[in-house]
Amino acid sequence: MRFMVLVPGSPESEAGEMPSTEILGEMTKYNEELVKSGVMLAGEGLHPTSRGAKIRFNGSERIVIDGPFTEAKEIVAGYWIWECASRDEAIEWLKRAPFGGGVEIELRPIFEADDFGEQLTPELREANERLREQATQN
Amino acid sequence: MSPSATHRAIDAVWRIESARLIAGLTRIVRDVAVAEDLAQDALVAALEQWPESGIPDKPGAWLMATAKRRGIDALRRRVVFERKREQIGHELEILQQLDRPDLAAQVDDVQDDVLRLIFMTCHPVLSRDARVALTLRLLGGLSTPEIARALLVSEGTVAQRIVRAKRTLAEARVPFEVPSREELAERLAAVLEVIYLVFNEGYAATAGEHWIRPALCADALRLGRILAALMPREAEINGLLALMELQASRLRARVGPHGEPVLLADQDRARWDHLLVERGLAGLRRAEELSGALGPYTLQAAIAACHARARSVEATDWSRIVALYDGLAALTGSPVVELNRAVAVTRAFGPEAGLELVDLLVDEPALRGYHLLPAVRGDVLVRLGRSAEAREEFERAADLCGNDRERELLLSRAIACSAS
Repeated sequence: MRFMVLVPGSPESEAGEMPSTEILGEMTKYNEELVKSGVMLAGEGLHPTSRGAKIRFNGSERIVIDGPFTEAKEIVAGYWIWECASRDEAIEWLKRAPFGGGVEIELRPIFEADDFGEQLTPELREANERLREQATQN
Repeated sequence: MSPSATHRAIDAVWRIESARLIAGLTRIVRDVAVAEDLAQDALVAALEQWPESGIPDKPGAWLMATAKRRGIDALRRRVVFERKREQIGHELEILQQLDRPDLAAQVDDVQDDVLRLIFMTCHPVLSRDARVALTLRLLGGLSTPEIARALLVSEGTVAQRIVRAKRTLAEARVPFEVPSREELAERLAAVLEVIYLVFNEGYAATAGEHWIRPALCADALRLGRILAALMPREAEINGLLALMELQASRLRARVGPHGEPVLLADQDRARWDHLLVERGLAGLRRAEELSGALGPYTLQAAIAACHARARSVEATDWSRIVALYDGLAALTGSPVVELNRAVAVTRAFGPEAGLELVDLLVDEPALRGYHLLPAVRGDVLVRLGRSAEAREEFERAADLCGNDRERELLLSRAIACSAS
């Protein structure tokens, strides 16, 4: 199953400030662990909204609104794409991320083609059940 | 957290931690069987305690500490119990190793243990079947029933393969180490072979009612990604991972709405997974940069990349594919490669040229009973307008095919021949 993890912006990210060396170091270590566990497929940081734009759609009208946008909390500053066996595994990975200060990081499953998803999900659920049964029998 | 939520979280922790845990324990006790038992004991302890206590902050460290403590307790009891007997030497040795502070873990990267474990479970002293089962179990974190279902064999067979494999490793005193430079190429080839076997069984199931089994592909991809991250400078690891990602990018286009196979030429290319295509192409570039002469996996990835870059079958660079197959045939001497080359030649230079090559393979002993030989010959004959002969070939292919879905496809092609 594929997941997108959305990292929200902050006044600092919106101001284009780079995180401290310490935070960058922790994040690099975390990313390394994701890669070495075969979980991370992609991940990028986004420039501040001052360099972006919005387009409002109204009938045939297109209105371009230049950044920056207000409400830093609702702004996405970066994302990861992960491949995990289950939502629980993705949650377990996200719990290990080096964030703090009350920030909330959002985890969202990515839609997959129905035939693919249907085959994968019930099987995995069943597999987890069995692993648990087996483990408790030991 | 509700008990069932905690159990699910424990499953997730196990999936993340089990390979590292077993690898770390193997470094300490030098025996995969003992290491896996200790790890399982720690999992049982987690299942007993975490629903009450909650999941610890560092679950991996908790599992490691618990495995060691439980191991020490159990071994002490056994040593006391068996004091008068003479077979306690091995237990005492393990006990001493477990009881010592694990200094290596502080200086060494635990990820290196995972790499050592991969080379152990894919050791040439084991049969191919045993390597696959043991690798899925110890590195993929799959249970015996899951492996049995994945490989379409009975649980008893898998359990026996795993027990025997562990015994063989212990008896042969296979060391827990990354092979030396001189041995590395050969040993790495054995590891890559195991991963690709797992992938292929998911990508084109040789038996059973499903044409593809994506969960097996996902397991192989994960192992490939782990290995590529641990040995990033090895060209063929990057080549294999690129090959698997490029092939997996087509998985969802490869099955029709009723589970029937959809062949490359008929696939809706918009449904390919473009994230995997991008990753595959990037991996191939890395492999090519690291290679002197391209190895077999990198060559196959380069062939897969020709398809990935093409917007349609017609727009595919078939002559480049033929050239890449030339390289692959020279390297492997495999008749299966020759057969694939014949398909590419048909596309690049026409069915007459293709048929000439296929006919050279008809008496090849290694291809006797291989359903794709008549299937390819049938396909070439259709292009030449020789429908009656083509029909016979498709029927022969259907007879030889072990996969239900693929057999249906071959029979429908046979029927299409008599209609035309």
